[in-house]
Amino acid sequence: MKIDERRSRVRNFSIIAHIDHGKSTLADRMIEKTGLLTQREMQEQILDNMDLERERGITIKLQTTRLIYKAKDNTEYIFNLIDTPGHVDFNYEVSRSLAACEGALLIVDAAQGIEAQTLANVYLALEQDLEIVPVINKIDLPSARPKEVKKEIEDVIGLDCEDIPMISAKDGTNIEDVLESIANKIPAPEGINNDPLKALVFDSYYDTYKGVIADIRVMEGCIKPGMEIKMMNTGKKFEVTEVGIFAPKQIPVDQLNAGDVGYVSASIKNVSDARVGDTITDAENPTQKALPGYKKVTPMVYCGIYPAEGEDFNNVRDALEKLQVNDAALVFEPESSAALGFGFRCGFLGLLHLEIMQERLEREFDLNIVTTAPSVIYKVKKTDGEDIVIQNPTNLPDTQEIEYMEEPIVEASIMSPTDYVGPIMELCESRRATFKNMEYLEETRVVLYYDIPLNEVIYDFFDTLKSRTRGYASLDYELKGYKQSDLVKLDILINKEVVDAFSIIVHREKAYERGRLIAEKLKDVIPRQMFAIPIQAALEKKIIARETIRALRKDVLSKCYGGDISRKKKLLAKQKEGKKRMRQVGNVEVPQDAFLAVLKFDEDK
Amino acid sequence: MKELGLYIHIPFCESKCYYCDFISYPNKRDFIEKYVDYLIKEIKMQSEKLKNYKLKTIFIGGGTPSSIDAKYIYNILEEVYKEFNTTFLEEITIEVNPNTIDEDKLKLYKKSNINRISLGLQSSDNNILKRIGRTHTKEVFLKNYKLISKYGFNNVNVDIMFNLPKQTLDDVKKTIDFVTKLDVKHISFYSLKLEKGTPFFDKYKDDKFSLPSEDLEREMYHEGIELLKNRNFHQYEISNFHKKNYKCKHNLLYWKVKPYLGVGLGAHSNLFSERWGNEINFTNYFKAIDDNRLPIFESEKIDKNMEISEYVILGLRLNKGIDKRIFYNRFNVNIEKIYKSQIKKFESEGLLNNFNKRIKLTERGRDISNRVFMELLT
Repeated sequence: MKIDERRSRVRNFSIIAHIDHGKSTLADRMIEKTGLLTQREMQEQILDNMDLERERGITIKLQTTRLIYKAKDNTEYIFNLIDTPGHVDFNYEVSRSLAACEGALLIVDAAQGIEAQTLANVYLALEQDLEIVPVINKIDLPSARPKEVKKEIEDVIGLDCEDIPMISAKDGTNIEDVLESIANKIPAPEGINNDPLKALVFDSYYDTYKGVIADIRVMEGCIKPGMEIKMMNTGKKFEVTEVGIFAPKQIPVDQLNAGDVGYVSASIKNVSDARVGDTITDAENPTQKALPGYKKVTPMVYCGIYPAEGEDFNNVRDALEKLQVNDAALVFEPESSAALGFGFRCGFLGLLHLEIMQERLEREFDLNIVTTAPSVIYKVKKTDGEDIVIQNPTNLPDTQEIEYMEEPIVEASIMSPTDYVGPIMELCESRRATFKNMEYLEETRVVLYYDIPLNEVIYDFFDTLKSRTRGYASLDYELKGYKQSDLVKLDILINKEVVDAFSIIVHREKAYERGRLIAEKLKDVIPRQMFAIPIQAALEKKIIARETIRALRKDVLSKCYGGDISRKKKLLAKQKEGKKRMRQVGNVEVPQDAFLAVLKFDEDK
Repeated sequence: MKELGLYIHIPFCESKCYYCDFISYPNKRDFIEKYVDYLIKEIKMQSEKLKNYKLKTIFIGGGTPSSIDAKYIYNILEEVYKEFNTTFLEEITIEVNPNTIDEDKLKLYKKSNINRISLGLQSSDNNILKRIGRTHTKEVFLKNYKLISKYGFNNVNVDIMFNLPKQTLDDVKKTIDFVTKLDVKHISFYSLKLEKGTPFFDKYKDDKFSLPSEDLEREMYHEGIELLKNRNFHQYEISNFHKKNYKCKHNLLYWKVKPYLGVGLGAHSNLFSERWGNEINFTNYFKAIDDNRLPIFESEKIDKNMEISEYVILGLRLNKGIDKRIFYNRFNVNIEKIYKSQIKKFESEGLLNNFNKRIKLTERGRDISNRVFMELLT
């Protein structure tokens, strides 16, 4: 049949790659090569469409595009590329894209070899029975060692690399080999068009004109405008108004068939009615069983997010709700702080996830927010026998009420060239990590396995690891469980008052050092003010570190004549604006980024 | 008849000092003749609207006005005298670089009725002068200062800078000592500020160690003020000092928010409840005048509230501060009524004194005056 013949030419795949290994560049080249966009229309790295992603060179949100490729066998293939993020925090997003595919391209940098997160994502793909097509990229680099990397892929992952494409996405070398491999190696989707509709929602978002749009993979059956559909998770029903494909812009089509990837809009007003992971079916002829959806993700890091100006509270809530819709990993609930007023305690997958959300709130919603020190989730056994969970250090009971505390431990794997094993071990030891094992991937590369308290990982571990290994080491971790630990609350006093937003929970042995570092850091980030300000760190009400911000001595414009007046007024207005952006803590003005800055130490200084 | 100050901009110099962000072009000297022609045309255009004003002061600044032929200065002033009411003209200042002055120029300045000379010395240390891009030495300054006195210019200002790269407190004191031993009547004592677009900005913005610390900078300022006071120089503005009866009348117009007209490239005016700035490049400036338009680049209407806050911000730069009665007569409202809470707050913080007749900044208030001004700006 025509539809079956067409389906045999469909290839749904994702790209798995470590950050910087050239995923976006390869995607660009494939788009170019298949003539989807002319070179002139190409915007570099077309799939990274959030500003933030472009700036950081990473992909966070999924992007999908269709490519038409005429292969050497003269068959015209329909490729659906579903982009994936490359950072450890976003494994959840990866599993979402993978569930919509039959295969995945694995891109490995010819100079750097396999990285920890790549490996983690490959395992995710193997779990879902995906066909993995390895590709070695960046063969143009002088430091490229494609032969060794090829062997590494064979040995470590166990993939057949006999005719592995060796490419340079940057120069456009051998891109056709990749396209051929996709056509030949990745299986066509299965599914029967006459069966009841079963489609997986792998992304959803709000469009001002069309309402909620769900990106779907049709597993069984077909979907077209006019049809009444049912969301199996919520039970809600909608009439389909449009279905279409991505090229990479949305293009309406008559219908999407089993095996297709595309979008559907159905006058859905709330994004929560088209949840990611939900199964869409035909309301009149429903399928019996929903698709498995995704593994539920649990936040590992919590922090407070507060509006800089109190009246924005509702706007922050609206924004968080909107972000939550297609980011199930984000959780939040209202809380209040003596220093910051009313805000939200928010849970994230990791620090990068937190930072990304913070920036998205500011950029996409034009909100001015304050973020407090991140915390992991601690378990507390109280002396009265009660078990409680602490996400916010401020809520920690008094010492005498605590029987014992437990903290989350993660299993971390760190992949690195052997040269950096020493510095990595030193770093891990300083972070209370327990060494588990070390494996050689090849002569010059190893994987180190450690159990590390998550509390230590969120304090700038990743950046420090990167800087100590010149960017060569990569990190992946997952939650192992909880472990009893000697933890204490460290308070920070500014001008003799405890500022709840700065309180953190630390291991007792680390408290003195951390207290000193935070006090020093705050001394740097809080600008001098009209009076001297003591900054103190306190442990169980005892002061353990002290710094003083000296009073401001000078803020004056020396020259002010006829031509300077308009300019001077502008400068003063700007200064006034800057002051507004400060948070009033008692009678001290604290810059908003101070709340997060206290966590970023350059330990090597 | 209302009083008016006139500022004339000469956007040429011999070479750019490393800290300078004024509109001045060392490499466009071919334009001088044409520029002066157009400047004269602009003066004519402006003067037509100002027939009921009487000129009180003229200030020729730059750039380096002494770097162009003195005949141009003569011609420009001749035009001014022809077009404006000069019956009450009291002060005519020209800025002079110690390197670009000679007897012939001084003779013509005298003939042009110039009666005040402002000399840029900055420092009496030749190494520092070199470091900041000045082309003269202490010796050249001294020689030409004597020449200026010889030609009967007895109202002389000298500019001194502090907070310069690698400058010590002692350097500053030596410079003040050197200048105050001469018979100068006025000293401007400026702290270096790094301005965007200058070589110094790029060089020092991330180099905290070559510039004096904030503490040393204030020490230079306060000890400088003390030394100047001992030598009979009275501070009357944040950076300005005078011997008895020799305040700069022109600059006082700025701080008292009185009308002034600026002519020439980038010059600013404050007249008819409006502040405006002229075009800052030659092409646009010439084009406007060719089209018989005023060469205005940007302007801002000043309503009464804005005028009040400008008056307060600029008036508090003066050591005398603001005379409450003069304020009331000008704005028909009591200053304490408008700024009640601010005055109270600043007084309690030791930044401001509220006397019966006047309001003025304390010494500490002057040090951090931007903090005060910021909250007085509407």
